Amino acid sequence: MTARTLYDKIWDDHLVDEAADGTCLLYIDRHLVHEVTSPQAFEGLRMAGRRVRAPEKTIAVPDHNVPTTLDRANAATMTEDSRIQVAALDKNAKDFGIHYYPVSDVRQGIVHIVGPEQGWTLPGMTVVCGDSHTATHGAFGALAHGIGTSEVEHVLATQTLIQRKAKNMKVEITGSLRPGVTAKDITLSVIGATGTAGGTGYVIEYCGQAIRELSMEGRMTVCNMAIEGGARAGLIAPDEKTFAYCMGRPHAPKGAAWEAALAYWKTLFSDEGAHWDKVVTLKGEDIAPVVTWGTSPEDVLPITGVVPNPADFTGGKVEAVQRSLDYMGLKPGQKLSDIAIDTVFIGSCTNGRIEDLRAAAAILKGKKKKDGIRAMVVPGSGLVRAQAEEEGLAQIFIDAGFEWRLAGCSMCLAMNPDQLQPGERCAATSNRNFEGRQGRGGRTHLLSPAMAAAAAITGRLTDVREMM
Amino acid sequence: MTPFTTLTGIAAPMPLVNIDTDMIIPKQFLKTIARTGLGKNLFDEMRYTQDGKEIPDFVLNQPAYRRAEIIIAGDNFGCGSSREHAPWALLDFGIRCVISTSFADIFYNNCFKNGILPIVMPQAVVDVLMADAKRGENARQTVDLLAQTVTTSDGQTFPFEVDAHRKHCLLNGLDDIGLTLEKAAAIDSFEKKIAVSRPWG
Repeated sequence: MTARTLYDKIWDDHLVDEAADGTCLLYIDRHLVHEVTSPQAFEGLRMAGRRVRAPEKTIAVPDHNVPTTLDRANAATMTEDSRIQVAALDKNAKDFGIHYYPVSDVRQGIVHIVGPEQGWTLPGMTVVCGDSHTATHGAFGALAHGIGTSEVEHVLATQTLIQRKAKNMKVEITGSLRPGVTAKDITLSVIGATGTAGGTGYVIEYCGQAIRELSMEGRMTVCNMAIEGGARAGLIAPDEKTFAYCMGRPHAPKGAAWEAALAYWKTLFSDEGAHWDKVVTLKGEDIAPVVTWGTSPEDVLPITGVVPNPADFTGGKVEAVQRSLDYMGLKPGQKLSDIAIDTVFIGSCTNGRIEDLRAAAAILKGKKKKDGIRAMVVPGSGLVRAQAEEEGLAQIFIDAGFEWRLAGCSMCLAMNPDQLQPGERCAATSNRNFEGRQGRGGRTHLLSPAMAAAAAITGRLTDVREMM
Repeated sequence: MTPFTTLTGIAAPMPLVNIDTDMIIPKQFLKTIARTGLGKNLFDEMRYTQDGKEIPDFVLNQPAYRRAEIIIAGDNFGCGSSREHAPWALLDFGIRCVISTSFADIFYNNCFKNGILPIVMPQAVVDVLMADAKRGENARQTVDLLAQTVTTSDGQTFPFEVDAHRKHCLLNGLDDIGLTLEKAAAIDSFEKKIAVSRPWG
């Protein structure tokens, strides 16, 4: 048998049909649903008189719109249109009989945090969701990607997706990371090296010692941003850490089924000699704590750097960089560590897990945020929040002057009341620094949770290594 | 879905690279539970001031391009989120075709589901089309899906590639779900097979 990549193996094991022209029908094991990209899909089912083919494999949770303030049980904390969208998901989940974690459930949270936490996401599965950050689940060696609403309807109706196979790309991070450098710095540095279109047409498998040394939380951070590099999905081969994470989760297999699953999962790796269409290698020890300076995730530099000059770029990027600097209110040559910030946001499907909160709390312990800075921590799920309270992390954040919020997507995309004002500058652990992403006119600098904590203390972008 | 066969229309030049889905349709407009009505908010933050006035410099506000049906765009158009609201907004405005050197994967897929044709062309061709588009409303370009060509206002014709299945669906306005349900027996037997081989799934 020819040597295959991990992507090839998962693909082969989910292929329902292949037409003569190469159009494939891929079986979907898990379909995650949230309130923003699903209402039109359920409406389509109703209009066609169709049912959800596999409700037992379909899991819904509201996350994008929901307020994260402690008073959110009061419906008045949501705008009318948000309320309608969440109510539509409540009704659709009930009408179509799918698994559901309502806002009032302690297990509610960001869909990409809830899926793994509840054991819905398992190695070797195909996972889709009407959300580009579905790539997160690739950390388990699951083929996971975002889909549009028409495809959401297609999966609801048929439990399959029409696909053409992507190409294979290997991203290897050799060696170990230096202190103060995290999974977020890896994933941003990879995008900096390849560009936001560098992964277009590919599924990326991340490998190498630095990836193996990451926790499951860190691996989820890396895969989460595969989409920001343009890739259809990011993957990491499962190993003992993966199996340990999955074991005992509510929807993970138990007993004999666990043993059978484990035997299968251990076959999920790229064979020696498998073909790669593209290979990118970075040295772990060369990766520094990074921040973004522009309005594309590829606009990334080590915190020790300076704002670049548009003249240093070529092609359409010259105009784009000039536009970015105007939008961001930055000047070429300005030191990144001199950039003063107004707001710190710790959370999102990129960095809203327990390890992220631990990393931020380790920097903040016994310290206070700078006066005048607005700072908030939004745990990725109700269970992450509960665990952080149990570990004493919540108290560290509160003592440091942070708001300690309930779970949701929050200021990552600002669909709920958590938004930046025009010109307000934010150090954010989220995934996109696009114009207007966190609120019209808002300025976003992406960074790791530890770096965000450091910025909260000094009031400017700061090299976290100075605080360790 | 409305079939796409040929289109002759005004092409709006948008040379900026990495035009993302937050630019195409900002998140405050994702709270709708309908597919229609998003055209007025297409490119909202580039198109209007904070208090809702048109920004005259923005291409789709210029008299020549207000009825554009084609966009000639910089590299990596549609990057960012999976929101199908992006093609819905384009379609509602009247855009039926976007031409660029590359598209983000999910956006590219979403276009085909809504009767919009995204065309990938080499940089040199995009440069020619962009220059043609900049000539204004009398420079109408023609997109012929059956022949797989784009023709500039002065008659230069360029071929493009498109997946055969997608072309077929677009030409005939076919619903993907209906086509897939014709293969229900294959899905049934696949499910029976994995219920045995991967019962935890």
